[in-house]
Amino acid sequence: MRLRTPFAMTALAAGLLSAAQVNADSVDLTMYYPVAVGGALTDVVDNLVEEFESEHPDINVEAIYAGNYDDTRVRAMSAMEAGDTPQLSVMFSIDLYELIEQNAIVAFDDLVETDEEREWLDGFYPGLMENGQLDGKTYGIPFQRSTIVLFWNKDAFEAAGLDPETPPENWEEMAEMAATVREASNGEQWGVMVPSTGYPYWMFQAFAFQNGHRLMSEDGTEVYFDDPAAVEALEYWVSLATEHNAMPDGTIEWGTLRQNFLEESTAMMWHTTGNLTAVRSEANFDFGVAMLPMKTQRGSPTGGGNFYIFEDATEEEQRAAMTFIRWMTAPERAAAWSIETGYMGVSPAAYETDALQGYVEEFPPAAVARDQLEHGTAELSTYQGGRIRRALDNAVQAALTGQMTPQEALSQAQQEADSVLRRYAR
Amino acid sequence: MSFTNHRKMQLYGSLLLLPAALLLTTFAYLPTVTTVINSLFLPGFRGAPTEFVGLENYQVLFDDPTFWQVARNNLLYALGTIPTSIALALGMALFVNGKLRGRGFVRMAYFTPTILPMIAAANIWMFFYAPQIGLFNSLLGMLGFSGVNWLGDPSVALSSVIVMSVWKEAGFFMIFYLAALQSMPPELKEAADLEGTSRWSFFWRVTFPLLMPTTLFVLINALINSVRVVDHLFILTKGGPNNATNLLLYYVYENAFSFFDRTTAATITVVILLVLAVVATLKFTILDRRTHYQ
Repeated sequence: MRLRTPFAMTALAAGLLSAAQVNADSVDLTMYYPVAVGGALTDVVDNLVEEFESEHPDINVEAIYAGNYDDTRVRAMSAMEAGDTPQLSVMFSIDLYELIEQNAIVAFDDLVETDEEREWLDGFYPGLMENGQLDGKTYGIPFQRSTIVLFWNKDAFEAAGLDPETPPENWEEMAEMAATVREASNGEQWGVMVPSTGYPYWMFQAFAFQNGHRLMSEDGTEVYFDDPAAVEALEYWVSLATEHNAMPDGTIEWGTLRQNFLEESTAMMWHTTGNLTAVRSEANFDFGVAMLPMKTQRGSPTGGGNFYIFEDATEEEQRAAMTFIRWMTAPERAAAWSIETGYMGVSPAAYETDALQGYVEEFPPAAVARDQLEHGTAELSTYQGGRIRRALDNAVQAALTGQMTPQEALSQAQQEADSVLRRYAR
Repeated sequence: MSFTNHRKMQLYGSLLLLPAALLLTTFAYLPTVTTVINSLFLPGFRGAPTEFVGLENYQVLFDDPTFWQVARNNLLYALGTIPTSIALALGMALFVNGKLRGRGFVRMAYFTPTILPMIAAANIWMFFYAPQIGLFNSLLGMLGFSGVNWLGDPSVALSSVIVMSVWKEAGFFMIFYLAALQSMPPELKEAADLEGTSRWSFFWRVTFPLLMPTTLFVLINALINSVRVVDHLFILTKGGPNNATNLLLYYVYENAFSFFDRTTAATITVVILLVLAVVATLKFTILDRRTHYQ
């Protein structure tokens, strides 16, 4: 005891001292963030935050994992209503209109001061900025961003007598190849699966865009669900099951699809590139990753989460939040994040780092999402987004489960959307 | 003297009630009142002031076909889960109350689903139900049947959710029945044996009536549970496909947090509250009178 006391005293004194130092003029930030794919991404985020704090002792970041994208929005908005707004959060890139309508967030253009900061703001892929911008201002900074890619099982292709190195280029080829796999396996293996729970509108948007059609207006006040090109896209999706017998009937579960692919019950799947690292570490067969097939053009909507800074934070907190976001999206960090998850490096500079360059060389699928960005389109985002997406989700599911024809389903969704958007379209 | 004593007792009693009253007011009465108020107003667009619209929100809600579909789903869900889980619970309790080898193990096995968090259970069942790789279709496949898309086919999706809820709840209700069975005086059984009563009529004439208070308690719980389902829908179906498994509280959640439509959410909540109030009245006036307490 006699020995311990001085030690304890010193420890206490040291603790007090360091606490005093931290408190001197440090800024506390709270951030919510979502994880929408499998894997221990929370650890990755925690490590990044720790590293940031050791480099910036005057800023404390409390990063709170808040579930999927919807849960995160709910938590952030409830905190805001309770008067305990976080200073920044990662949320769905398409939450923009809702956040603006609630006057919740600030534009980065109003925060940047130096040339260096302006340069940072201009350094991201323009395709990833589209969902974060409105009226010429940037509200969302790309972080965990993705596109939909095609994963294919090379072993299954070979077993079915297809060239294992050649993924389908267009819709026709995909249907044919998928049907071939199905036949060659005597019905043991499906040809292709496209998930239709969770985010059906997202997958449908890819089909529609490949058919040369964009589902919404630039300003988020109008949607075009019942356009003949959209109907044709949904008809093709449905026909994969009904006509080509290459995809199972009914809806396909977003959450179990990766497992389906890993257990080789399907030869191809459409899924977010955010699954790439997990598939790579768990697949015990040879697989490839390709851009989605085309009808009249290639295409995939972008997806995933952006950083936002909240209006209620003080000016000092907003500056600190921006420092943190700049650090998190710096090329080296973006590269490391991409390697650990499969999400995209968000800026061209990220792909120029040695780390990501080396990784892409060793594992070329890591570059597919980026290459596809050239053919990307903004994710479906409108005013009243939740309701609009739900209307389209229902239409897609009604068509896939045979409750309605694609034409009927999309006309109904259009009607519903029109009445919801009536007051914005004026 | 007696007056001050009386006052003291009153004060004492009020103090004992205070914590509960405070909690109920904060978390039940005040939210109820604000919800009712919210359901009578329509918020303005982009910061415009809210406007009193009376019962218009209810009119709009009753014109919404999705609301009726969701209400119908919830009724089917209640009819599907409540009787089944109660009957199963009673059966299991009678089974593990008897002389049985490995009784403790069986009891634990029946109770296990209750301990699992809902979200974890739903995640497990999602893989049971998965069409190609799932447990159920693998079993069906072994017997030579082609599988079912349990959660992806609108005609079976709701039933699939019901089956999982019954699995989750029956073990919980079993515990109450088991406790009631164990507190039953053994003389009754002895007397019945002397009279030569068959097991069947002993159950219907003695055991079952004596279990009525428990049945009533379990029934209320099952009813409450059938209205407060949100968690498994998050994991299993998100209310899909095409609203086939959407239930009332999940629809409230969707309106409030996915659509940011607090008004509609408040309106549906008030409707649910009214329906539950009617059910509670029926319970107090009819069922309670027919129940014999020991």
